[in-house]
Amino acid sequence: MTELTQQQAISRYAAQIGDNGLIIGHRMSEWCFKAPTIEMEMALMNCALDLIGQARELYTYAGVAGGEGKKEDDFAYLRDEQDFRNNLLAEVPNGDWGDTIVRLFFMSAFNNLFYKALSQSKDTQLAAIGEKSLKEVIYHLRFSSEWLIRLGDGTEESHARAQKSIDSLWMYVGELFTMSDVEKQLLADGISVDVEALREEWEHTVNRVLRQATLHRPQDDWAMLGGKAEGRHTEHFGYIITDMQYMQRRYPGCEW
Amino acid sequence: MVTAQRNFDPAQVWTILEEVKDPEIPVLSIVDLGIAREVKDTPGGQLEVVISPTYSGCPAMNMLEEQIRETLIHHGYPDPVITTRLSPAWTTDWMSEAGKQKLEAYGIAPPEKSTTNKSVLFGGQKKVSCPQCKSDHTEQISEFGSTACKALYRCLDCREPFDYFKCI
Repeated sequence: MTELTQQQAISRYAAQIGDNGLIIGHRMSEWCFKAPTIEMEMALMNCALDLIGQARELYTYAGVAGGEGKKEDDFAYLRDEQDFRNNLLAEVPNGDWGDTIVRLFFMSAFNNLFYKALSQSKDTQLAAIGEKSLKEVIYHLRFSSEWLIRLGDGTEESHARAQKSIDSLWMYVGELFTMSDVEKQLLADGISVDVEALREEWEHTVNRVLRQATLHRPQDDWAMLGGKAEGRHTEHFGYIITDMQYMQRRYPGCEW
Repeated sequence: MVTAQRNFDPAQVWTILEEVKDPEIPVLSIVDLGIAREVKDTPGGQLEVVISPTYSGCPAMNMLEEQIRETLIHHGYPDPVITTRLSPAWTTDWMSEAGKQKLEAYGIAPPEKSTTNKSVLFGGQKKVSCPQCKSDHTEQISEFGSTACKALYRCLDCREPFDYFKCI
């Protein structure tokens, strides 16, 4: 890989973080009209709105840093599957309520630490986005952890299903703490976050909530990788962008 | 020291900005909410208004930007510049006292003064008073309410559900 200029690397980095927010935000928006109660539907839509809002800020900045005049919509609607560099955890299907809560919990526990660190970035715009986003993801973490405790420490049925969700999503956790090429490149300049260093505190938070939820932390086995580093996605991803990009592909440049 | 010559009267511009209301909470202006942060001249001599979004995904921000522009044009500022500033991040502490009173009279419990509890998990629940009957005997129904900036509560005395403006 040819070395990117610092501005190119910052552009890719901002887009990569934005991809995480857009994809999990889109997934959560799929719960619209389907959530168990109207309060929970509003909660998920609120979280989705925060995450997509954060993605918009990040894509806008990716366009500015890249210097090619790209806008936020170019990143969301006009890139192909292999250009998206989200963590695979963000794109897994919603499954049942437990799967959605566990996915949001794992991601929010990560985002809480990630945005706290990003708010210290030497890049002032990334730091500002980090500072803003942190206030929002704290709410997501609180919401999802309280739900996980309710499910785990609930009925026999809810406990068993929450445990199944944790066991099946655990293989996507490892990727959160791997460094992509742009992250490595920008680390020396104090611009990117050292995500490998976040794992210990993430484990601490997760273990604490799992204990209270009477759920078991799975054994570390192997981790699914490839989304963030190479744009190799799960088989579910194509359906997401087909749905999301349909209007722009069918009517290029359409606005409303 | 020379005081820079301004092309506008700051007090007048702030009064004009009071006319721009939040579309979701029409009793509050962008000045009450602390969304409007600063008015100044651009190097090119245009009027610049700096705003800070309440939430990253707040769908009202684009609309507010347009309303600020239209209102200023209407009052004779032909080409205003609206700039968004993310840092320092907006906080409910920027909401004016008058704004909090208007909010309560409108039926939304205003945010607590400055958040001191920084613990993320299992943060102690704040005591929120019912905007209808003023009882402190209330409970949270959901961390999230009808818009990104609100949570849903219910009063255990008068039994009315109500929105609480989240403290961030």
